Parts: sequence; C-alpha cells; structure tokens
Amino acid sequence: MNTLGMKSWIALAVVAVLLAALPLVGSNYFLRIATTVCMYAVMAQSWNFIGGLAGYPSFATAAFFGFGAYTSAILQNHDAPMLLAWGSAGLAAFLFAAFLGGAILHLRGHYFAIASLIIAEMLREIVNTLPDFTGGGKGLNLPFLRISVTAQAQFFFYAMLALAILCTGAAIVIHRSKLGFGLRCIQQNEDAASILGVNAYGYKTAAFCLSAVFVGVAGAIYASWVNYIDPPDVFDVLLAIKPMVMVLLGGLGTIFGPPLGAVILLSFEELVWRSFLTVHAAALGFIIVVLVLFLPNGILALVRERLVGRGTVT
Amino acid sequence: MIYLQIAANGLVLGGLYACIAVGFSLVWGVLNVINILHGTFIVLGSYVAYFAYVHLGIHPFVSIAIAGGMLYALGHALQAGIINRVITAPVLITLTLTFGLDLILNNAMLVAFTADYRGITLAHPFRSLEIGPVFLPGDRVAAMALAILLTLLLYRLLRDSKIGRAIVAVRMDREAAALMGVDIKRINAITFGIGAFMAGAAGALLSIIFPISPLNSPVFLGKAFVVCVLGGLGSVPGALAGGLVLGVIESFGSYWLGAERAVTLSLGLLLLVLFVRPSGLTGRRGYE
Amino acid sequence: MSVGAPKLAIERLQAGYGDVQVLWDITIEVGTGELVCLIGSNGAGKTTLMRCISGLLAITAGQIVVDGRSMAQATPADFLRAGIVHVPEGRRLFSAMSVRDNLLMGAYLRDDKERIAEDLDRVYAMFPILAERRRQDAGTLSGGEQQMCALGRGLMARPSLVLIDELSLGLAPRVMELLSERLREINRSGVAVLLVEQDVMNALELATRAYVIDQGRVTKAGLSASLASDPAIREAYMGIA
Repeated sequence: MNTLGMKSWIALAVVAVLLAALPLVGSNYFLRIATTVCMYAVMAQSWNFIGGLAGYPSFATAAFFGFGAYTSAILQNHDAPMLLAWGSAGLAAFLFAAFLGGAILHLRGHYFAIASLIIAEMLREIVNTLPDFTGGGKGLNLPFLRISVTAQAQFFFYAMLALAILCTGAAIVIHRSKLGFGLRCIQQNEDAASILGVNAYGYKTAAFCLSAVFVGVAGAIYASWVNYIDPPDVFDVLLAIKPMVMVLLGGLGTIFGPPLGAVILLSFEELVWRSFLTVHAAALGFIIVVLVLFLPNGILALVRERLVGRGTVT
Repeated sequence: MIYLQIAANGLVLGGLYACIAVGFSLVWGVLNVINILHGTFIVLGSYVAYFAYVHLGIHPFVSIAIAGGMLYALGHALQAGIINRVITAPVLITLTLTFGLDLILNNAMLVAFTADYRGITLAHPFRSLEIGPVFLPGDRVAAMALAILLTLLLYRLLRDSKIGRAIVAVRMDREAAALMGVDIKRINAITFGIGAFMAGAAGALLSIIFPISPLNSPVFLGKAFVVCVLGGLGSVPGALAGGLVLGVIESFGSYWLGAERAVTLSLGLLLLVLFVRPSGLTGRRGYE
Repeated sequence: MSVGAPKLAIERLQAGYGDVQVLWDITIEVGTGELVCLIGSNGAGKTTLMRCISGLLAITAGQIVVDGRSMAQATPADFLRAGIVHVPEGRRLFSAMSVRDNLLMGAYLRDDKERIAEDLDRVYAMFPILAERRRQDAGTLSGGEQQMCALGRGLMARPSLVLIDELSLGLAPRVMELLSERLREINRSGVAVLLVEQDVMNALELATRAYVIDQGRVTKAGLSASLASDPAIREAYMGIA
C-alpha cells in the first residue's frame, strides 16, 4: 500500500479512536448531535460515489434512506431482531438501487437528476397507498430498547459511528481501486471511457448501489433511534440536498471532504440557525449560494491551496 | 357522456399547465438551467394578483401584466447578477444554485405571507358556459383562453421578432450566435426574465383557481417538469401539447383513481417517458 | 496589391487553450480587397487563428489591427462592427431556423431595415437555390446549399473582410466551382477574403497571396503562383513528388 493510502487509514483510525471516546466527555444532548453528524457523514460519503466520482447528480439519497427505514421498521414489526433488520435494510437498498439503476442510469445530466428526485416521491406515494403494510400516512412505530436513556444515546452513537467508519473505509478502498479510477473516467467523458473498454454500465450501477447500501442502513438505524417514522420524515427532499451540499462544501470526489462537510454544515446549523428558526431554510439557501459562487471546489481544496501553494498538482 | 365533461375539464386544466410550463421549458432549453425557482415565481405571481385584487380591486386577469412585469424584473436581475456566473458549470452546480435561491425566496414568502392558504373569490365572476352536455365555469375557461393566448404570443415573439430569433439562435448554437454579434449574457438574462414573466403571468391566472400558498410551489414545479419531459424542451408547441396531454390524463386519473392518486399517476407517467423517450413528444433534441 | 493601411494586420500573435499553446509568433496581413489564403494540414492552428480574428478566442500575446486600429479586448460584435465576418468551419447554421431567418441573423447588428432587405435580395440573386428554399429549415439543406447559406449569412453583415474556414469540406467539385466563382465575384466587388483551405490547389488558384501554417507557425508566405510551383509545397500538400 502506498504512503497516501496508509495516511488515509491512519487518519481514519485516529478519528475513530477519538470519536469513540466521546461518550466519556459528552452529554446526551451532545451525543445526539454527534450521532446526527455521523449519519449525515454516511449519506454524504455515499452520495460522493455516484455524484462525486461518477459525476451523476443523484437526488435518490432520500429514497434510499426512507427505503431502508421502512424495510427495517416493517421487518421489526414482524418480530425480526433489530440488527438483522438493519443488515437486511442495507441489502434491500442495494438491490433496489441495482433495479432502479437499470431503469434510469441511461439518462444523463438533468434527466437523470429529475428521475432520481421523483423516486422518493413515488416511494412516498406507495407507502401512503399501502397502509396495512406500511402504516400509511399515520407512520410506523418501532420497538423501544429496554435500556436507560444514556445507554440508548451511547448505543446509537456507536452504531452510527461504526457505520460511518465502515463507509469511509469503503471509500478509501474504492477511490483508489480500479472502480474508482473507472468512475472518474466516466465523469470526464463517458463515451470515450466506454470505447477504451471501461464497463460504463456496470461501474455506474456499482456506484449507484454503493450510494444506496450504507444510506439504507443509516435509515434503518435512524428509525430504531427515533422509534417512529412517517413518509414526510424519511423521504424529505432535504435528505437528498444536504448531503450534496456537504460534499460540495468539503470537496467533490475527495475521501475526507464529505465527512468534513457534514461536520461544518451541521455545526453551522446547531450554532446559528437554531436561534433563527423561521429563516432556517433561507439560511441553508444562503450557504448554498455562497458555496456555489465562491467555493466551487470546496473547503478542502482551499486549504490545500493555502498549504501547498498554487500551481502544484496534489 | 361524463367522459366528455372530464375531457373538457382536462383541456381547460391543460391550457393552464402549458402556460405554467412554457417559461420553464424556455429557460431549460436555451440556458440549460433547470430553474427550481419557477414554482416559487408562479406562487409569487399569484400573491401579486391576490393583493392587487384585495387591496386595489384590480382583476387578476389585469394583474397578468403587473405580476408578469414584476417577475420579469426579478428574474432578469437574478440571472444577470447571480446565475450567469455559473451558467457554463455542470448540471449539479446550476441545479444546486437555483435550489438554494429557491430556499431563500420561498422562506421569505413564508415569513412575509405565512403558509395560510388564501384564495380569490371574484365579486363578479363570469357566467358559466354550457356547450352541449359539457358545463364549464366561465372564469376557468377565460383563464385557459388567456393562458393559451399568452403562450401563442410567446411563440410569435420567438419566431418573428429580432430578439426572439436571437434567443432561438443562442439555443441552437451559442458560439455561432456570438459570431453574429449576439450579446450572449444579455440574451441569457432576457430569456430568464421572459421565463419569470410567464411564471408570474401564469400565477396571476391560477390565483382564481388554485389556493395560494408558498407550500404549493413544488406542486407547480412538478407540473412544469412533467410537461417539459412530455412535450420536449425549449419548444412552445411541445409545452402546449404536453400541457394538454397532462391535463387530460390527470382529469381522467382523478376520476378513476381519486385526486391524490392522479398526482402519482403523472409522476409515474414522467418516469415512464424518461425511461422510454427522454426527448418527449415533439422529440427535438433537448440538453442531456 | 494593397493601398494604404492594410485591412487586417496581425503581428506576432500567440494564442492557445488553457495551458496548451497553439499559435506562435503569427504575422499575417490582408490588404483591402485582397484574396489571401491560409493553407496547412489538419491541426496546424488555422481554425484557432480564425477564432482569434473574429473575437471568439482571446490572444495571449501580439496584436490584431483592423484599419489601423488595435482590436485588443474586442468582442465578436466589435469585430463585426469593424467589418470582419467569420464564416465558421462546419457552417454552423441554426439548423431548425429557416434559411431566411438564418440570413437575417447575419444582419443582427444592423438596423437599416431597407438596406437589409436589399442585401437579402442580393444574396437570393447570387444563390437562387436559397431563394427557392427560403422557408425551409436550414438543417434540411444539402452540404453545398448549406455552405451557400453560411456564406450568404456572412454577406448580410456587409463585411469588408470575410474569413472563410474550410469552404470546400465535403462538397462535390461542381458545387465547389460555383462557390469559387461566387467568391471571386464577392472579392471583385471590393470585399477582402481570407480563405482557410485544406484543398490547396483550389486555394492557390483563387488567392493572389498565400501563407503556409505548420504546427502553429507561419512557415512560408508569398504569391500563390510561386508557392504553387514550390516543390516542397507540392510534395507536402498536393501529393506531387
């Protein structure tokens, strides 16, 4: 393994150890925020596979999240053990993405974006129209864990943290693999890549499925965490938008950009917007506009420029 | 015979849908930008018509010009000042930008007007029309007629005026248009302004039919999407065809499956068309 | 022979795309009413040079001087107003617009309606087939007709210098002859022409002077007659040993 790869693993290990110590110093409230950060880090990192590497602007993250949440909730309501339900949700999301990919990955640009956006709406409608199975508009309850509030906070934090580490580890592997390289070629020029022998369809589908599997598990963990889900909650379009913004913020196509973006955006939310509830949405909108106009390559690129100096290829 | 009524309702609705979509389609076709703000522009147009009626007694049909003019100015400014900076960037960037701008504008409207649904009840509504077995509320028919008229006026503008020719030329070949001396930045701003104008005008027309609230903007945006994909991008006849088709399908869908399912139906239709023939009914090459 | 300040004078021009430099130290002149051609193989930089002269591409060094005035920072519209029209490679007609609308687009910057109508008639007279097809979409025309339309569109701007990039590409010899004849007519009426051509024989026949561009530099210049009999040119570009 080359030095750059080693650096990434070491960085990941250090962060993991530091974060694992969090419950020792943080309040339950703080742990809840940290859990949310881990969840969004997973979603941002996952989106990066299809949006950052392959260059396909997917809005399907909300669909995969809700799909995973509902799969897990329904399984648990039929007496499946929680961890099994979580794993199944991930697998189901993976298969769903494979199926969906067959239907929409031949589209490009705007058309792909719209199609992926609509999937969440369609799933929401399907849930609404099958209330006996899914609880419909009234939502679904999930079984409570019979442990203390503090223990719950710690448990779900560790669950999301583990998922985030797993997902980032996958990213380290994928970004440096043949798949990662192929995806970057596809983003540059898909037709040329195909002609050169890259299996564009297979790679795109792989990226799409990767963008779904961890998000599905995240949705499942979220459902167990909050004990109640309903369609507007888990299919919310912001679940598709915020991860995208986080990746743009941190650095498109990088490994540590997505989690960094998640930390920054959510910190902003926590510190600033909670005080301005009525303009919450506008504040996010403002950040997006500033980001797109002035920081198109994300913060990581800005930092690199300052440290390494302009004109250097990193 | 009820089918004739349903079809008629669908056509009336469809004319309005065409007007909703044509500005969106123009911007997408010429600038290659999906204007997420479009739905919010429409709602803003509705509010202009509402306040003009409630406070000044101006009939919403007259507000078409007022709302249209105000939205033109807003759209032109937004494009020239902000959106044009990233006009050549990939889809992800422009889409995210208009999404962010929409969050701001929509939130501003929520704060200013609250989410409460408002409606206009006209003091002197038009009489209803009865054409054979079909019964049509006069105001709706008038709104539809105006919607189609506006759409046709836009078509004439694009085909017969110098600026219209320039807009179409930019759509077809930006560089060749530049070689003719066309100021691309200016055309971009004008086109976006026209798109906003059509949205504002549509909003004024819709204010007498649909409830007015910032919460409705995604609904209108969704309709615009479906019509564009059905009818093909950047084409006025396409928007007209797509609008009428969507109106009729929704009308029958509502009757057979209920109103909420009708929305799902149109989304499903959208997905189907995307899957089978992304360039739409009139098939002109859109942007990928 | 040119009298007074040349219509177009390019001095030590350099240009490229991003980090890739394509043109080095180009010095070229076109006198008022001259017919000059630019020959060279594919990728030599001819089209890039055309794009610089019409304002589509910014130059990185050197100057472009038109009628004695510097065109630094000029936009395509500025070049048009200075009387320079670029008929681009591949014609680049507005394919779903009618022939008539395409021609009218050529007169976009003008607002003298009557004279525009006169010029339109003149183009129709020069190319009767365009008059016949005036309401048809330009994309439905044959290759030769499209070239005529592109040339006509250029003429609608009342240029004093026409830049033509690849007149003969994909055209049958008969059509090429017609176009060459029209080009001579246009030149005889006082309009200067800078013709970029891959068909070297044709180009040297039409033009009085020629420049040879190779790998972004001007390697030879002179009267067409002498270049046509230059053995190196004959071997490299005309396949005559």
